Amino acid sequence: MEIRPILASLRKHRIPALLIVLEIALACAVLCNAVFMIAQCLIGTHAANAIDEAGIAIIHVGGLDDQHAADSIARDLAALRSVPGVQAVAAINALPLSTDAMLNGFTPNPEQDSQINSSQYFISRGGEQALGLQLLQGRFFNAEEYAQGGFTTSHQSSSHVVIVNQADAQRWWPGQSPLGQQLYSSSDKTAWTVIGVVADVLAQDPEFSGPAGRYSSLFFPLHASADLNRYLLRSAPQDRDRVLQQAMQALGKLEPGAVLEPKTYLDMRADYFAGSRNMAWMLAMVCVVMLAVTALGIVGLTSFWVGQRRSQIGIRRAVGATYTHILHYFQTENFLLSTAGVALGVVLAFAINIYLMENYEVSRMPWYYLGAGAVSLWALGQLAVLWPALRAAAVPPVVATRAG
Amino acid sequence: MFGYYLDLAVRSLRRSKVLTALMVLAVALGIGACMTTLTVLHVLSGDPLPGRSGSLYFPQLDPRDTVGYVPGIEPPEQLTWIDGMNLLRAKRATHQALMTGGMVPLQPAQTNLDPFHANGRYTTADFFPMFGVPFHYGSGWSSAEDDSKARVVVISTALNDKLFGGQNSVGKTLRLQEADFRVIGVLGDWRPDPHFYDLNMGAYADYEEVYLPLSTSRDLHMEHDGSVDCWGDGGGEQAKLEQSTCTWMQFWVQLDTPASVADYRSFLQHYAEDQHASGRFARPPTMRLRNVPQWLEYKQVVPSDTRLQAWLAMGFLLVCLINTVGLMLAKFMRRAGELGVRRALGASRRALFGQLLLESGVVGFVGGVLGLLLALLGLWLVRQQPSDYAKLAHMDSAMLLTTFAIAVLATMLAGLLPAWRACHIAPALQLKA
Repeated sequence: MEIRPILASLRKHRIPALLIVLEIALACAVLCNAVFMIAQCLIGTHAANAIDEAGIAIIHVGGLDDQHAADSIARDLAALRSVPGVQAVAAINALPLSTDAMLNGFTPNPEQDSQINSSQYFISRGGEQALGLQLLQGRFFNAEEYAQGGFTTSHQSSSHVVIVNQADAQRWWPGQSPLGQQLYSSSDKTAWTVIGVVADVLAQDPEFSGPAGRYSSLFFPLHASADLNRYLLRSAPQDRDRVLQQAMQALGKLEPGAVLEPKTYLDMRADYFAGSRNMAWMLAMVCVVMLAVTALGIVGLTSFWVGQRRSQIGIRRAVGATYTHILHYFQTENFLLSTAGVALGVVLAFAINIYLMENYEVSRMPWYYLGAGAVSLWALGQLAVLWPALRAAAVPPVVATRAG
Repeated sequence: MFGYYLDLAVRSLRRSKVLTALMVLAVALGIGACMTTLTVLHVLSGDPLPGRSGSLYFPQLDPRDTVGYVPGIEPPEQLTWIDGMNLLRAKRATHQALMTGGMVPLQPAQTNLDPFHANGRYTTADFFPMFGVPFHYGSGWSSAEDDSKARVVVISTALNDKLFGGQNSVGKTLRLQEADFRVIGVLGDWRPDPHFYDLNMGAYADYEEVYLPLSTSRDLHMEHDGSVDCWGDGGGEQAKLEQSTCTWMQFWVQLDTPASVADYRSFLQHYAEDQHASGRFARPPTMRLRNVPQWLEYKQVVPSDTRLQAWLAMGFLLVCLINTVGLMLAKFMRRAGELGVRRALGASRRALFGQLLLESGVVGFVGGVLGLLLALLGLWLVRQQPSDYAKLAHMDSAMLLTTFAIAVLATMLAGLLPAWRACHIAPALQLKA
């Protein structure tokens, strides 16, 4: 296909050509960034979390008397354990994605400070089974460690042992065995010995602790105390809802004055990410509508100049151009315009990404988003031009002989 | 002339229905998306207490140890108990209130209601006059109740409806954390958004249902919720928060004149210097005194998602407008013949230009009406979302007018280029054809 005549004709229609280029460029820029943001949202909502998410239900307890909390918790846990279908029960201070976070900084070197917010999980005896933690190295806490676990005056764990996430173990002791290593609180330099490493458990409030703290979780043993205000119930997923209901009845009788709030873990997770999911939906909707508007714009403008050039097309047909020649002419023209638009759009998309990186919490867009955006706009342009191009190709040669 | 042009515009738009529909739709979609996000942004960045927020100030001090200190670092966003109490007792402002929040277990007297958590605010007497809180029944408490750790409570209208059927409940008893409280006031309609005085509980979250004296809440060991930031050997243990090196209190003061603001600033600076000299503040003395708008700006309280969405919608509107420019150009150029005749008959360029612009204005108006409907639909969709601010997303009259203004202006702007091109065609060339 000879492109010189196309360029010559485009020079005559500078403004409509420029408009198509601009529209494609803008659509490309917005599309790339929107799709990138959708992907980021979805990656966040699908974050892996090495606990038995489907089997866990939680009851949040409020209003227990602080002085007698230890007795109440022991009694409540015994009652919960006897609910048919329950595999494990325990008490815990907070769960991954619970927004009720207990954060601290930790460091393998007492001389250093930590800038990362690590989530602290305090679990009562059996907590590892109730959560479904996956042990990769070392061991879980023993009965003695659970019984001795308490708080120091600075509200740190007074037990001398800790279990860490795999990600943290690799970050703190790269290339070494984490077992037996010392870990320090960055505020008052309390020390703990690492006795186990578990598959990565999410942070208590990853949006607050940021990307660095997303998989920074530590587990400490704690004897029954008022800080453990959530009961964990683990059962087979099909029993979960019934177990939760029966557990609520049992607890309601034992603690008539307490405030009990039941929730399954899957609901808790869904609630935490509800905002991200909605954002993703809204962005997707905007993208679809924007592509539709762009396509309609291309159809409108191309039909207009096909209409303007009816007699020209007729003459070309009369002097020997075939149906396919005319069809290809308009397709090639659109391809040239799309290419210019896409080139401009990619630069614009990149610029927008840099602006967003500086002003919002957005990371760098990988190059393939730009590539995918470019290809989809090329395809969109070709699709949109098809109908006007077919109409142009259908212009009969006889038009050339008529005035107009 | 206007009527005649309007008639011409409507006739011309009717003639090419598909093209007109495309233009109107593009404008409507762009305006709809844009106005939905702008309305959310407008609602979220509203003034929580119009008329008052400029004279309410939030003092900040830096009592932390030297770990992690860099010159110019911002002080913590809350106060310790000790500093809060010192500033409260100094009484250097017209009004001052120290506060924090927590979930209070509430045991209803009615047997058909299970115990539940009520969102609580533990504060001091000036809270109500300082923030201009309206009362439906009764009133707040005085500093005498603060001093005596009185078991009195002020409740919200919603809670009053739930527990007392909306009756005047002043004097009735409410059981909180296994203790009896006397209801002394029921709030009127009060909901400043964002929840500026304590952003830790969610800037647009549900409002407090019970308000009680801070001293009473500490006396009864009521649960504290919200952010607790500790350093050194400070721990977040609830019962020892008064003594620990942790910031967890909010403190607000009312300062009515610039002179009183300057006085308070120097008072705060002297306070920080004294504490540094006595060795309590390890860092070089520093302080901040921000009023409500400055505080909201500093805390970047409008979610960045919302701002991103507004940008995205603007980009979308731009795409729609460029699209409209293209379609309008096609439409006007197609009528070159008709315009040529009018020029030949003596119509000036200016007259043609005006007529064409009016035509694009009509498209903008119709697009605006449709866009408004789309924006209302969009806001309805936003309200179905589970986020805290979702239920606030309503359009007010200012935004309604803005919608029309933007729609008509943007479309007329989009019509400028096509109209200018169309009225510069040579009449003779068109007449010949």
